[in-house]
Amino acid sequence: MLKINPRIDPMIKPGPEEIGISIVSRRAFAVSASGACLASLLAPALTPSLGLAQTSDIPALTRSPQFEEAFAKLLNGATPADGKITLELPEIAENGNFVPVTITVESPMTAEDYVKAIHLLSTANPVARVASFKLSPINAVARVQSRMRLAKTQDVIALAEMSNGTLAIATLLVKVTIGGCAS
Amino acid sequence: MATSPRIKLPDSAKTGDIIEVKTLITHVMETGNRKDKDGKPIARNILNTFVAKFADQEVFRAELGPGISANPFLSFQMRVPGPGTFEFSWTGDNGAVTVETTPLNVV
Repeated sequence: MLKINPRIDPMIKPGPEEIGISIVSRRAFAVSASGACLASLLAPALTPSLGLAQTSDIPALTRSPQFEEAFAKLLNGATPADGKITLELPEIAENGNFVPVTITVESPMTAEDYVKAIHLLSTANPVARVASFKLSPINAVARVQSRMRLAKTQDVIALAEMSNGTLAIATLLVKVTIGGCAS
Repeated sequence: MATSPRIKLPDSAKTGDIIEVKTLITHVMETGNRKDKDGKPIARNILNTFVAKFADQEVFRAELGPGISANPFLSFQMRVPGPGTFEFSWTGDNGAVTVETTPLNVV
């Protein structure tokens, strides 16, 4: 049987006294250690592996407040339906500066029933609205393609406005290896 | 500065055909969130609007944000209504408009 020392087990929250002890000991270490600079040099080398460990168990992805604002504005109180949009993006985007995106909306594209607009939204970029495309029956097929920036791993959302006023939505998670610099 | 727009159309099309129109233009699409090496913010400079007209009728419009990659690529579909010429225009934040006209070979 392997015994877990409660003091080093990360699953057990340390009591206040234990926190105090650990801070003091770390400080003492930092002051006393002649290799403090070396430790700080090593730290960046250790972080990538930590970063990977964090992305492997993705927590609930946070959506930025300005995304929520832009999204609520587009929805205008309506509830979008799932299933009409095919959103195509790479599952893993190696370069967040340059992520190909294809949006296809199922629609007959006739004068009576067509896709009026397609909005492309990012949940974690500095600016949520990536692009809005205006379509009409002359397009015959509601499909647009472009290339977008992704600041980090996030949900990408496509929202389509139909001519009868209904909305359709598609959400896709894209993992980003190197974020597109502050889009 | 938006330069050298490139347009890809099918070699020929018949009236009623559905064609794919691909456009590409050179532009930095500066987001306004980056800083230069002195720490000063670099002003936003993007192409914010793209309009495609065919035979003087608007067939596609895109409002672009800073989330669109540099050298914006856009592709859309169109049913050919008859013979005509495409007119594509990109408008920048500074108001500069780049226009490119391309005839469609309708057989």
